Amino acid sequence: MQRGKFLKATLFAAVAAVALLGTQPVSAKTFKWANDGDVNSLDPYARNETFLLTFNANVYEPLVRRDRNLKLEPALAVKWGQPSPTQWRFELRQGVKFSGGESFTADDVVFSYNRAMGKGSNLGGNFTSVKEVRKVSDYVVEIDTKYPDPLLADKLALIGIMSKTWAEKNNAQFAADMTKNEENYATRHSNGTGPFVVKVREPDVRTVLEPNKGWWDKPEHNLTEVIFQRIANDATRVAALLSGEIDMIYTVPPQDVERIRKTPGRRIIEGPETRIVFLGFNQQVDELPESNVKGKNPFKDKRVREAFYRAIDVEAIKRTVMRGQSRPSALMVGVGLNGYDKELDVRPKFDPELSKKLLAEAGYPNGFEVGMDCPNDRYTNDEAICQASVAMLAKVGIKVNLLAQTRGKYFAKILRTASDIEKAPNTSFYMLGWSPAATYDVHNVLESLIQTPNATSKKGLFNAGGYSNKRLDELSDKIEQETDKAKRDAMIKEVTKIYVEDFAYIPLHQQFVVWAAKDNIDLHQPADNYFPLRFVKVK
Amino acid sequence: MIAFIIRRLIQAAFVMLAVGAIAFAMFNYVGDPVAIIAGQDLPAEQRVELRKSLGLDDPTPVRFARFVGNAVQGKFGLSYRTTEPVGRMIADRLPATLELSIIAAAMALLVGIPMGVFSGLYPHHWLSRAMMTISLVGISLPTFLIGILLILIFAVILGWLPSFGRGDTVKIGFWTTGLLTVSGWKAIILPAITLGLFQMTLIMRLVRSEMLEVLRTDFIKFARARGLSNRAINFGHALKNTLVPVITITGLQLGSIIAFAIITETVFSWPGVGLLFLQSVIYADIPVMATYLVLIGFLFVLINLIVDILYFVVDPRLRSQAAKVGGAK
Repeated sequence: MQRGKFLKATLFAAVAAVALLGTQPVSAKTFKWANDGDVNSLDPYARNETFLLTFNANVYEPLVRRDRNLKLEPALAVKWGQPSPTQWRFELRQGVKFSGGESFTADDVVFSYNRAMGKGSNLGGNFTSVKEVRKVSDYVVEIDTKYPDPLLADKLALIGIMSKTWAEKNNAQFAADMTKNEENYATRHSNGTGPFVVKVREPDVRTVLEPNKGWWDKPEHNLTEVIFQRIANDATRVAALLSGEIDMIYTVPPQDVERIRKTPGRRIIEGPETRIVFLGFNQQVDELPESNVKGKNPFKDKRVREAFYRAIDVEAIKRTVMRGQSRPSALMVGVGLNGYDKELDVRPKFDPELSKKLLAEAGYPNGFEVGMDCPNDRYTNDEAICQASVAMLAKVGIKVNLLAQTRGKYFAKILRTASDIEKAPNTSFYMLGWSPAATYDVHNVLESLIQTPNATSKKGLFNAGGYSNKRLDELSDKIEQETDKAKRDAMIKEVTKIYVEDFAYIPLHQQFVVWAAKDNIDLHQPADNYFPLRFVKVK
Repeated sequence: MIAFIIRRLIQAAFVMLAVGAIAFAMFNYVGDPVAIIAGQDLPAEQRVELRKSLGLDDPTPVRFARFVGNAVQGKFGLSYRTTEPVGRMIADRLPATLELSIIAAAMALLVGIPMGVFSGLYPHHWLSRAMMTISLVGISLPTFLIGILLILIFAVILGWLPSFGRGDTVKIGFWTTGLLTVSGWKAIILPAITLGLFQMTLIMRLVRSEMLEVLRTDFIKFARARGLSNRAINFGHALKNTLVPVITITGLQLGSIIAFAIITETVFSWPGVGLLFLQSVIYADIPVMATYLVLIGFLFVLINLIVDILYFVVDPRLRSQAAKVGGAK
């Protein structure tokens, strides 16, 4: 009988232990991350800034969203298509609720798109082709476009849907109106259908998110709380990661990458960003604004452009300036985007001897002087890249006078307003970076950077040097409206060949997205530098 | 005395107007806010509308007059960057900066004056020499370097103190304070040291040299001859006489501590007005910059006014002079 009692006791203890283990409460998974800038507003239409859009995309969802490979997938819309070339039709998901309790219907979609097109919103650029947004029934929305726009669904992937009833109740029908002195309610408060809700908002200090319990999708994350801190100083941010106070940092200063890599328990997550950094020439005027060459414009001669191209050693820039964190490119569009052509992405060789020969042929055997414009706080190592280019051009006889300045002044100098877009550019030689953020498609690059600047059609608005090629313009307009993929791809190939062989620009590289995190954080880094929290797991 | 204060306040108004006018003239050169706000994709008509709604095309005097007119009513406009009211943004962050500055100044005084007295009384003591050497470090190292070194040692290597932020704060009325929580105190130590180190060494050296000079004067000799105790001489007479320059310097320095807390706030991500100002410069956020500059102008004037009043309190000679001038017949 003693043995029986003993056995019973052991069994009881074992069962109790298992029961206790089994009923352990799930431990809270808090995720703390930091960035040098804050999310400037909780209003998803306030600014067209990547960080604001990606942060608010955790709270407000679009009709279609991007999956891990940047392809479109259903979100608040379950089916979509073009019944005719100038029409889009979206069938909406049923049974979705906003975190405030309101039901999601077509009214909210119509309201949101009109708000995004309206006063105070900075996302209106995505709606240039839209004529009317129409509710057909409670769960069907139709959009009429002024001309065929095969990329509208891509553009709408950026627009989060807001609740019409909530916005009207709180007087937030328009995104912030700078002429009034009261702020818009949506700047500090939010109500979306997305995977997270904002619990605490302290602007420029921290923002706390919590999972949205009523979310329609199945969470791939295991977070119970997300704390976002703003830490502006690079050294402090890195120190916070190393000391363990922060789990992940979104912007990593290049000089600390190696140090973080070597630190046990921390890792670097990097990959090419969709942004291409390139150099451009003023090819519009007959005499350059900042050069010692009088009476003619050397950049109008293809040989001079090729000479400049071949004088710059992008691999050396990658090695020394970018510390390996760039992907040299011959194209103006990055890997993974629609319109990237692997065959044509071959850079003409770095050849300073050939440069000197070409310059001599073109009539500049002793080179010449020219001014260069560069930002110093916009792209990764922008000023350092320009300085390296200056040194390389000096070796082939070109004396470059570099003006690097803060982006507020820099863009004011090199960009022209739409009404002045056909006037002479103020710059002779400049650096710019571009990501076809809205559509992830090369046409955005063509119409913004490469088409001839035109004040009526609003093309070439960021073609700061005024490069112009008729055949290219023709093809770009056709590409915009062509819905047949095979025909469109063929035209894209031809366009790419034209600008590459014409040395229209000097594409340098795709800069890298670099994040740093603790080893126990599982996350996904898409090439567009978005940071979807719904994929984050704390192990 | 009252007339004196009123005169000073009127001067303050003029100073603020002057600062505002100069600031506005400079804002033409900070860059184009529309380029920064609008980003790359905004279509042209909306850019033009944005310019108009911000009033950027009006001439500078008109914009300045509009700003002054609104400011007098307490309306400082909306920030270009966050679209929040500027007045509230600054009011939210002012407690953080003021707390940090006051703690830093208090530390500078509490450590600097005793150290100064000690090294003034016993200039050849080894402790005095050690303090002088360390003070050289405080004066010559730039603020951000000191801050980063402290973070490296105390946050990363030792892990005793946090490397950023303010810790947990308690809201009392409109003031948020970090001094009522343990994490708040832990968070304020490193930034306060960083910010106050320069002032502390300055005060220490000043008190020391003043003490050395005062101790040589005749009236101290006579006091000793009279047989007064060392304590009475050193603290009752000598120290009091060194205080006038110390108060002047401290007053001026307090203004500059508040204004230049920018660097310390950036290094420690301390959510104060300085950090806000720096961000606004990068974004060409003119409403915030203008309001901040005018506020700092006002603070300097106020502090100098208090310093001048303190002279009257501390130095009896000034009081009697004023009385004579004031109109004793």
